[in-house]
Amino acid sequence: MITNIEVLPVMSIFDTFLNWKVFVQTLPLLLSGLTTTLTLGVTAIALGFIGGLVLALLRLYARSPLRQITVAYIDVFRSIPILVLLVVIYYALPFVGLRLSPFGAAASALSLVSAAYSAEIFRAGIEAVPKGQFEAARALGLSPWRRMSDVVLPQALRIVIPPITSNSINVMKDTALASVVAMPDLLKQATQAQALAANPTPLISAAVIYILILMPLVRLVGVFEKRLAVRGR
Amino acid sequence: MTRAIIEMKNVVKSFGLFMALHGVDLQVKEGEIVVVIGPSGSGKSTLIRCINQLEEHNGGEIIVDGAEVSHDRKSTVLTEVGMVFQSFNLFPHMTVLRNVALGPVRVRGLSWAEAEERAQRLLARVGLADQAPKYPAQLSGGQQQRVGIARALAMEPKVLLFDEPTSALDPEMVGEVLDVMQQLAKTGVTMVVVTHEMGFARRVADRVVFMDGGRIVEEGPPDVIFNAPRDPRLRSFLQAVLSH
Repeated sequence: MITNIEVLPVMSIFDTFLNWKVFVQTLPLLLSGLTTTLTLGVTAIALGFIGGLVLALLRLYARSPLRQITVAYIDVFRSIPILVLLVVIYYALPFVGLRLSPFGAAASALSLVSAAYSAEIFRAGIEAVPKGQFEAARALGLSPWRRMSDVVLPQALRIVIPPITSNSINVMKDTALASVVAMPDLLKQATQAQALAANPTPLISAAVIYILILMPLVRLVGVFEKRLAVRGR
Repeated sequence: MTRAIIEMKNVVKSFGLFMALHGVDLQVKEGEIVVVIGPSGSGKSTLIRCINQLEEHNGGEIIVDGAEVSHDRKSTVLTEVGMVFQSFNLFPHMTVLRNVALGPVRVRGLSWAEAEERAQRLLARVGLADQAPKYPAQLSGGQQQRVGIARALAMEPKVLLFDEPTSALDPEMVGEVLDVMQQLAKTGVTMVVVTHEMGFARRVADRVVFMDGGRIVEEGPPDVIFNAPRDPRLRSFLQAVLSH
């Protein structure tokens, strides 16, 4: 009895949390979950990017009612917790006849919120472009659309690379919330695998996979920020 | 009889409570070189910024090339007006060649090949043929401003506006920009130049306009303005700028 207590902790850490056999057995399941997570993340990031750009332009340049609606959208979707939005979309909308797949519900919730955050980032970026650039573009006679696409946005996008990358990391992390609506993402597959193997190793593996995927991006933001600071001096 | 290409009638511009222009009348004839001088805050920059509607005037009339300009209808007439800025305002993300070619492609409908050929020709004219593939940040201030002039010329405007084109330059670079402008003046293009360079005004202007407090106080040929100024404000201004 006493010897057991002394030996068991060391053994059990490996057996329980870092069990090689369980890891190998459940890895295929985790990798299929990872594919789903990445697909969801990339979809939401892309939609959020496009939506954010449109919202930012509407907020800055649209006429009165449309501009207020845009501001309201941005404020509402920056205030609502993504998990709440996801649950509403998945469990409440079917009552009005809108039934989305788990992937559809998760992609909608993530991109609706990401668009609101991206809109504020793009707006800051556009506002950071010097006034003289707008004036020079106008003085040349460029149309409002061309002023944006040729002169302002290329400069604004360069400015917002660090915060947009940061936001993309957040979206990628928030994909884990999709497991709540039974989407077979990395976290869901990991909990599934844990139940099957009666061992938490898959959860640890999933955590490590998240970190391995996202840490390079986190580093990248630091590099971007440093480069921008040097150029700005 | 050469016709007026710019006609400003009783033009008023205010920024909130501050009146920048108190009913200005100014006519510029085709091919004329008008130099606008005056102390800072006298409204000279506002005057030319109203001509191409970078500022919207609050009253009066501005007619460019026979058509009245206003803030919303500006696009058609105002492509005939080129502008050179104090701070150059080149597009930093484009090469020098692209900076000059952009307007002709987007506004005049030239192909990139045609526009770049035109740009190359204009860059040669301002002495920067070999700088075409560089980015603005790689050029000196004087070179950037000469690109700014080439960019404005590329639109083949009927009027060129210069808003203190040498004020942001190091002293040793002022000459190269003024030389280019003086060459330009000989080609018959209409120019309205806001500047503190009195030597340039004396040599190049057909007419000098002196502004103070948002009004045109005195105007006339350069030898009259500089040698026989009548208004006491003009006299004290000239004394201040010419004495050092």
